Parts: sequence; C-alpha cells; structure tokens
Amino acid sequence: MYVAVKGGERAIDNAHEWLAEERRGDVSVDELSVAQIREQLALAVSRVMAEGSLFDPDLAALAIKQARGDMIEAVFLIRAFRTTLPRFGSSEPIDTGAMACDRRISATFKDLPGGQVLGPTFDYTHRLIDFALAATGDAPLDADEAAERAGVDAERELIPHVMEFLDREDLVQQEPTDAEIDATPPPDLTREPLDFPADRPLRLQAITRGDEGFVLSMAYSTQRGFGRNHPFVGELRVGEVEVEMDIPELGFAITVGTITATECETVNQFLGSKSEPPQFTRGYGLVLGHCERKAISMALVDRALRWKELGEDNTGAPAQDEEFVLYHSDNVQATGFLEHIKLPHYVDFQSELELIRKLRAEAKANQAQQAEDTPFQDAAE
Amino acid sequence: MNETSYNFAYLDEQTKRMIRRAILKGLAVPGYQVPFASREMPMPYGWGTGGVQVSAAVLTPEDTMKVIDQGADDTTNAVSIRKFFEKTATIAVTEHTEEATVIQTRHRIPEVLLREDQVLVYQVPIPEPLRFIEPRETETRKMHALEEYGVMHLKLYENIAHHGAITTAYAYPVQVEGRYMMDPSPIPKFDNPKLESAAIQLFGAGREQRIYAVPPYTQVVSLDFDDYPFDPSKADCACDLCGSETSYLDEVIVDDAGGRMFVCSDTDYCEQRRAAGFTGAKAEAA
Repeated sequence: MYVAVKGGERAIDNAHEWLAEERRGDVSVDELSVAQIREQLALAVSRVMAEGSLFDPDLAALAIKQARGDMIEAVFLIRAFRTTLPRFGSSEPIDTGAMACDRRISATFKDLPGGQVLGPTFDYTHRLIDFALAATGDAPLDADEAAERAGVDAERELIPHVMEFLDREDLVQQEPTDAEIDATPPPDLTREPLDFPADRPLRLQAITRGDEGFVLSMAYSTQRGFGRNHPFVGELRVGEVEVEMDIPELGFAITVGTITATECETVNQFLGSKSEPPQFTRGYGLVLGHCERKAISMALVDRALRWKELGEDNTGAPAQDEEFVLYHSDNVQATGFLEHIKLPHYVDFQSELELIRKLRAEAKANQAQQAEDTPFQDAAE
Repeated sequence: MNETSYNFAYLDEQTKRMIRRAILKGLAVPGYQVPFASREMPMPYGWGTGGVQVSAAVLTPEDTMKVIDQGADDTTNAVSIRKFFEKTATIAVTEHTEEATVIQTRHRIPEVLLREDQVLVYQVPIPEPLRFIEPRETETRKMHALEEYGVMHLKLYENIAHHGAITTAYAYPVQVEGRYMMDPSPIPKFDNPKLESAAIQLFGAGREQRIYAVPPYTQVVSLDFDDYPFDPSKADCACDLCGSETSYLDEVIVDDAGGRMFVCSDTDYCEQRRAAGFTGAKAEAA
C-alpha cells in the first residue's frame, strides 16, 4: 500500500545498475573501445561535437559509448561537461580560406581555381548493403593513397572561396568588413540569455549547435515553398583549419590546435527589394566536424532568417521566424522538456480531476433541473 | 573528472554571481521575469535545472536542504536532486520542513507555514503566464512592460461563460504587489494563498532562462472577479492516514476494483501528524 511515493532512492540505484548492464550488452561480444568509435563512427562523433559545441573527438566518442548510441543523450553529456570548462579567452576568427580541404565542391561553376575535389563522400555511392562489411575484410587504401588518387596534393594549396569571384563583379551582396565585425564582438549564446530581435551572429550560433534534424526540416521547408529563397551551393568545403589565439604575454597570435569544420556558402537568387538592388544574396553555414547536411541546411535557414535586413516580405513561413527557429532548434532543451512529462504530475492531475468532477456534477445537476422544469414540452414531443 | 574537482554546489563562482544578481533584481522587482544565462546542468531541462541553479547560487555550507516533488521527499526526482547537492555541496539534508533553511520544490508549497529564515525555491517549466495566450516572447515582454493584462481576464471570463467556472486548476495566475502578472509554477491553486509568505520565494526556469522572485510579505493576489471569487479547492475529504482536513490530498488507487484512498501530498506533514497521534479512516491498512 502507498507504494507510489516510497522507495524512490532504491529504485534509482537499481535502474542505474540495470542501465550499465544494458549498455554493455552481451559480454561474450567484445566491448567497443572509444578509439573504435572515434575512427569508425566518425560522422556520429562529428554530429555530437557540432551539437555539443565542443571539439574533442575522444570525448565525443566516449559520450556516444556511454549514451548507448543515443545521439541526443551524447550531445547532452558533452554540453554538461562543456559548461564546467573555464573560459580563458576567445580565438581569432578561423580562416576557412586557409583550410586544408579534404573535400571542396561548387555547384555553381563547372571548373574553378582549386578545382572540384570530391573527397570522401556518399554522394555517388549506390545504397546497397555491403555484406562484405559484415565480415572483417582487408584494410582499404590508406588515406594518403586515396587522397593522391583523388587528385589532392599532399601539399595542399590554398583554395580561394568561390564567393570571391562573384564579389569582384559586385554581383553578390556585401558582407560586413573585418573592421566592422571587430567593432561589434559577437554575443555568446552560452553566456547571455537569448534575446530578440537576434542579430545574425547570434542566429548562426544557435543554428550551428541546433538539432540536425530540425535544421534540416526547416531548410527543406524553404525549398518546398515556405519562405523560398532559391539557393545554389556556391561552395561546400570540409577540412582542417588552424585555431589561433592571441596570447597577451606574447603580443601575437599562435596556433593552439587544429579542428575539422564544414563550411557551406549558398548563392541565392534575389530580384531586389525596396531597399536592395537585384543581386545575389548569401546564406552561410559553418559546423564543427564533417557535417555536410547540417552545413547546407544551416545556410538555407540563415538566408531565410535574413528577410528583414534584405527588405523582403515576411511570408509567415516558419523558417523566417527567428523566435520560432531559435527557441526550438536546441535538442537538449527540447528533449528535456518533452521527456519531463514522464516525471510525476500527481498534484496537477489531481487538481484537474477535482475540477472535472465538479464541472460534471454541476452539468448533471443543470440537466436534471432542466428536465424537471419542462415536463410539458417532453410530453408534447 | 571526479566529484571533488567541482566547485561547492557544482556551479563556478562566476556563474553563481551572475545568478545572484538575477535573484537580487528579481527580489527588487517582485514578479518580474529576469533573463539570466542559464547553464547546462548535469540533469535534463525539465527536471528542475532552473531550481537547481537558483539553489546552487543561494546555498551556503551551513544550510540544511529539503527537496520535494509533488509534496513528497521520496519521489524519484526529489531524491535525485537532494543527492546531487549532498554530493556536490556536502550540506546537511532533511525531510522536515521546519529544519530546512533552503527548500527546493516542484509543484507544491509545504503545508506548514514557512518562516523568515527559510528560502523556498520553485522549479518552473514555463515562467510566462501569458504564454498560452501569446506564444511570442517579444510580445509578452511588451505586454508586461505596458501592464497589458486584459487578455488574461478575458480568458478567465470566457472560462466562466463556457463552463460556469474558471477552469485553471494549477499554475493559477497571480498578480504580485499590484504590478506584474506571475505564473506561480504548476502548484495546485489550493497552494496559491500560501504565496503570501514570511519566507523568500525564488523561481527558476532553466530552459527558458528566467528567474523571478516574491520577497517576504509581498501581496500576491490570485486573479478573479467580484462575482466569481478565487476558490482554492481540494478533494472534499480528509487524509485517510492522518485525518487532516486542511491539507492537499493525493488520490491513490489501491486495487483493481477502483478502490481509492486520499492521502496528504505533503509526506512530511502527514508523517509528523501521525507521529503526534492523529489517525485517518484507513490508517490501519497502511
């Protein structure tokens, strides 16, 4: 009797033990190592780093292992760890023009300086289950050899951004200059509460850590007509970039590490508005790790959210609504609030029960009263 | 990373300072929702991250803490949060309302009246009382600034027109010190009169990044109409365990035949009454 409330502490301990056992699975099967996850589930690791907003492949791999492959749970583990890290400064903006690209494609120009580099992509694979993978086979080509065959030089040269060519002709809308950007340091989403209207740096920060599925669906909705913005993938590049930091004691910036990033710049058709002449406009996506789908989606959503500054009409499309997009893109927030309805709500439910009972009693009493008041009408019918 | 490498009560001091500033602002402007840079906590949003951050910011090593969920100390999430602070703040904990200096709660206010030396911290899911009338934060902030609360009265009026009564049973909106409209968190409206208290009441909404407060002895009025006065109702019976006729009751289903009993939702209150010799109708069975 009265079990509903008692025994919570023991139940939690037991549940945690059971969870640990389920995570390990059948002990006759070898345990996954963090290195295996990092190397062989690299795109999962990328996603966890991107949405966790922390570049650490080993930690992300460990989080995936601990979360039993539940990506949002892994992202959450990374976020909760990240928030405890001290912040001792911010880096210089990364220079994606100096990226050592593994992959770089443009959908707007057939050939261009730097060339089209397919790199490691699923794009032209046939999605046939490769049963040979079920058995452990020979090691494929090593990475250097694969890169050589793909035509990527070991000494990778700087590959200019496609946008620079359009920029020179003044066909594409101007972005703020470095000096203008330096004048207003970007806000930090993780250190200040979200505030509206949000400026573009804040929007981009929110989207780059937003849920891949959500950002993808928002982008997709613009393609299907809800805030259509006619995007072309001007350029998509994936590779390693150096992170530099200004060290006050030294008086100059030094490289503190290298990260993998995916960058997408879209060129969007634009026929002009009251305030802007006909020109191409831009959407921008930049994501930690190798996350192409996310980077392209981000660029489309970024472009959709820029309607105000470009003097476009707000068609009421969800992807144009920054409050809608920014408040609902974070999967750690979303999953927490959604799943919290599993927690007890006895008290609220009880108060609703009392209310419904009371309203029903009153309604029944009213009906009975009415029946009493109108006997003749009933007889006439 | 082991537990000892975390700061007292988990959060770093910079973060606590930021939260304390928000709390002080909240106390200075009762009922106003102060935006704060909520942190990711090691429990999910929706599990009380706002309350946990507020508690972490106000706790001192000398404090004694009590955590309740649905009025009970032993519900799973209350246990989990109490353990979290035991581990990260090594403070004393208690189940007795009178002994606690900081009480974190979800969905209830303790039955026993609180004192001036106590702090009650609420976990808040949706801090905006106008949210389900106006989904946009930019709009609701404007409405608060202009004290434009007509829509809420209209909603309550429509309730009465349709159903003959105000159909909000929990998270019943209040107006604080004649100014800000406030969501008291999803406590049953039965608890609303206790919002006028000697204790400091702090409300933390982690996911929504808001903190608000009701200082001691502040006027808190539950919205109503002259001809339809506020009615803090509860189940129309006494606790089957301790016989209390004035406490808020949970309904517990006890068998397959629809048998049920009513027991105090505030477990500490109920246990103390039983220890003092009070008994309810089904005390033997329990």
